[in-house]
This record gives sequence, structure tokens and C-alpha cells, in this order.
Amino acid sequence: MTDKAAIRAEAARLLAAFEETGAVPVEAEILQPAGTLLDLYGEDIRARAFTTDDPLQGEMMLRPDFTVPVVEAHMREGAEPARYCYAGEVFRRQEVARAGRAAETMQVGLEFFSRADPAAADAEVFALFSELLAPLGLRAAMGDIGLLTAAVEGLGASPRRRAALMRHLWRPRRFKALLDRYAGRSAVPPARKALLEGLGRRSAEELVAKAGPEIGLRSASEVVARIKALAEDAAEDRLSAAEVEVIDDLLAVRADPENALARLEDIAVDMPAMEPAAARLADRLDALVKRGVDLSAIEFEGSYGRTSMEYYDGFVFGFYAPGRPDLPPVATGGRYDALCSRLGGGRSIEAVGGVIRPGLALALTEGAP
Amino acid sequence: MTLKLGVPSKGRLMEKTFDWFGARGLDIRRTENEREYAGRVEGAEGVELVLLSAGEIPRELEAGRIHLGVTGSDMVRERLASWQDSVQELTRMGFGHADLVLAVPAFWADVDTLDDLDAAAAAFRAEHGFRLRIATKYHRLVREFLREAGVADYRLVDSQGATEGTVRNGTAEAIADITSTGETLRANHLRILSDGVMHRSQATLFKSRRSDWDGGAREVWRGLGNLLGISERGDR
Repeated sequence: MTDKAAIRAEAARLLAAFEETGAVPVEAEILQPAGTLLDLYGEDIRARAFTTDDPLQGEMMLRPDFTVPVVEAHMREGAEPARYCYAGEVFRRQEVARAGRAAETMQVGLEFFSRADPAAADAEVFALFSELLAPLGLRAAMGDIGLLTAAVEGLGASPRRRAALMRHLWRPRRFKALLDRYAGRSAVPPARKALLEGLGRRSAEELVAKAGPEIGLRSASEVVARIKALAEDAAEDRLSAAEVEVIDDLLAVRADPENALARLEDIAVDMPAMEPAAARLADRLDALVKRGVDLSAIEFEGSYGRTSMEYYDGFVFGFYAPGRPDLPPVATGGRYDALCSRLGGGRSIEAVGGVIRPGLALALTEGAP
Repeated sequence: MTLKLGVPSKGRLMEKTFDWFGARGLDIRRTENEREYAGRVEGAEGVELVLLSAGEIPRELEAGRIHLGVTGSDMVRERLASWQDSVQELTRMGFGHADLVLAVPAFWADVDTLDDLDAAAAAFRAEHGFRLRIATKYHRLVREFLREAGVADYRLVDSQGATEGTVRNGTAEAIADITSTGETLRANHLRILSDGVMHRSQATLFKSRRSDWDGGAREVWRGLGNLLGISERGDR
């Protein structure tokens, strides 16, 4: 176990490197209102964060990350463009004891808020992380959630179906189940079939009234509305096999970034809606090369960032100890424009950032943790 | 050194537990004074009875303060993080059956599966401005089940009793609770989702991996295990 003073010293060293980019060091409260975090992450956050109660402020959580409070502070009082950095503990409940994961971990982070030249901002963050972590010989991976959102937007499906897919972008299993259903690749569940057949004989209102008395806050009219939506959905055309293939192909991409881009440009021929996202990736790769990043050493994965990084919605990256899939990433980051607009009550801003775990970085320099 | 056996201290679960051991030649009973939580064991040497609330048995097993314990399999899964690290399931005892289920108002004709619940939750949040509430006391089990199923836009509200009434009372939209026959659910106009059975629980004999098995307990267990007809597979 690396001792805390050494981790603090490493955190201070990384923070100083972040400050050299012009980032202003900021602090965040350890106790964060639970409401905001629950709204963003859903009930799952309760399994991952420590919850407590304050008699005056209500339900609170020990900060599970810095991004949310930093974005909130920026939205409240920050001027653009802005660069922030921070170092401090984050707290995550651990249901299972695993190497490299502790309930209390030091984190050092950097966040850029700017509308100008996103490709350059992405490249600057990645290049800096790459340089700081170079002595550790880590494996770098990257992806781009924006490609998947563009592909979903480009599907010839109703807005309702596209919204349902978007909602489950970060839940791969449910996403796939929806896609299979829309493509007619999975059978209609028996109860759904019976309901739709029942609609031929009775109105939705009658079906609901027959099923039981109306209790609770979800009203009969909401149930009726969804039944009607289900009927419309059942009448909708299937997604074509070609369209589903585009999504499958995109998620299967795994190559160095240059080859991945070539592959994605091929895929975009069948789905022009993806072209702007592919062009953004091309710009980012150019910007990375300009910064001296060796692209051939990086793996680009079409599905990268879908399971663990819920608020990233564009560029995503991570650095990993090679041969140690049991360890968490040493560093992660990405672009989270949508998070900003949600926390900013619709006010949009573009942001990219990342965090390093100095404790894990140190442990790797001293031998396996 | 003795082997400590934790058993439920009251009710049908206690009686059935005594019957189960009795049928296998281990006679256990409470002392004559009904108010005293103490008991006697006959039929095996070195077994000490510890009478506990069924809900506390998981914790006592995890802490290693008892060697063996009888409680519902749902209790262990709900109360212990990665329960398999601290306890081992020895045998299911064939009584105390109850299913942990997810139920919604019967009139929700549009909701039959978890898929439906997820879609209804999204629509509910858009309409009401907060996440669909599920009342339960089984927070860990329900959360894990819904995460596994990819259900979003819900929140758990704590309900320690009369959970079936929360929907009518307007404090939750759906519930997750234990049921044996489903009778109470139906009486409260609730219906179990067709894929909404989270766990089929029954009284189970557990062995602690954390208690001190040296100094005699292991030998006592060897004899007791033979008596109960339990053979372990490659453990300890």
C-alpha cells in the first residue's frame, strides 16, 4: 500500500503540471446534494456513492467525482473560456474487494470549458495526459460516443424509437434488445401480442378499466397513452437489416485510430448522417498528430466508453496498465457537452476533461499493486 | 470450544427449524421459560444454540460470531455485500418459501415485462418530473436486479412494512416485496411482472467462512454434518 503522503505529493506534482496549461485550481465540497447526482446517474449511484443525511440540507453524498461540482460552479460564476484543475479525494462504495479500488481515492483532474476548436482542446488534454503518464508504459484506448449518437439519429425510425435507443446508449444490453425488436430480430412478447390483439375488440380505455381499479399516481390516461404508443410502434416499419448492420459494424470497430477512421468513413457511406461525426474524428486525429501523439500506439474501439462513463458523449479515452485487466484505468477522460447543458438548465457549453488516479500511478511505478 | 448454531428466535420459522433438525436426530428446543432467549441441544456434543432474529443471522455469520446459521436466502443476499465471500450455503431446508417479486398496479395493462416497466418509467418521469418510485426494503437485491435488466428512471423508496399499500397511498408507483401466495398483492390490486421474480427464497442453513473453525469447532461440525446428511464439496 502506497502511503498517503506520497500519493498527496504525486497529486501535487500532477496538479502543478495541469496549472501550467493555465488551469485555475478549484475546490469542491466533499458533501454534495444527493438530488443532482441521482437525477444524473439514476438509482445506481446509490450503490456506488456513500449517502448520508444532513438535518438541514437533506440527503447528501460524499462526492463520487469532481466533474459535477466543477461544472456547476462554472455554470454559476465562470466566464468563458475557462480551465480548471483540482486534486482531492473521491468516495466510492465497493461491494466487492478488488485490486486498485478503494472506497477513498485521490483524484487529480483537468477540465476545459470552451466553444472554440474542440478538436484542439481534445488533443491538448489527451496529449498532456499521455506525456504525464508516459513513464508508466500504459496502454491507451479511445473512442467516440458521438459516432454512435449520429448513427442512431440517422436510423430510419420514428423519433420515439430513436429517443428510446438514445436513452439506453450506455446500457449495451438494453440497447441491443431494443435494436433487435425494432429490426424484427426478436419475437414480440406474448403479453404484448395479446394486448395488441385485444385492441382490435375494445378501446384502450376499456382494456385499462377492465384490468383493475385506478390506483397510484400513474393515471389511467398515462396507461392509455402508452398503449396507443405501443399500437403505433407495432405498425411502424422494421429497421432494415442494412441499418442495423451499420450500428453493429460501428460497435465492432477495433483498430489503431487511422485505420479505424478509414473503416468508419466506409461505414458512413451507407449512413451519411455519420459523416459530420467522422469528420470531427478526422480533425481530432490531425490535432493529436500535431501535438506529437503517436497514434499507432493507441487502440480505437467503436464501443469504448459505453459501459462505465455515462456522462461522456463525444471523445472518450482511458489509460490502462497492460496485462492487468483487473485494475481500474489509471486515467480516463472525455467530452461531456450534454452534461453541461443538463446542469446548466439548457444553457449549453462544450467541455472536455479527465482525471488521473495518482495512487494507482504510484503503485505501478513501485511494482504491482 | 463449541460450535455455535444460530437459529431464528421466534415464530413459524423457529418451529420449522426445530422440526427440521429434530427429524435429523438433533433435538433443539428453547428453555422452559418462554421469555428467555436460550435453548438446549441434544443429540450432538459441543453444539451451542444461539437464538437470534432471522434478520440478524446474516450479520452474525459475516462477523464470524456463529459458525452455522439458519435464515432466509433472501436475507443473506440482501444484507451481505458479496455474500459468497463470507458465507457458504450448506443446504436449502424446504420451508419458509417466499419469492421476492416486482409488482405494478393491475390496471397498468401496458406493463407486463421489465422492458415495459423501463419504458413506462421514462414516460412517467417526463410527465411528472421525478423518477418512478418503487417501494421496498430489499434495496440491494432490487437495485442489482434492475441494473442487470437495464431499467432506468426509477428510484427506490424505503418501506419497512405494509409495502403493498404504498401505491394506493400515493407514496410509490410500484413495489418489490416478498410474497408466498400473491394473495396480499391481488387484494391490493397489484400484479407481478411476468419476468419480475427476483429471487426464490427459502430457509437455508449457512456456514460462516469467517468464524474460528480451529480448536474444536471443525470436529464438532464433522459429526454434525454426518448427522444432518450434509457433505460439502471441496470447501474448508
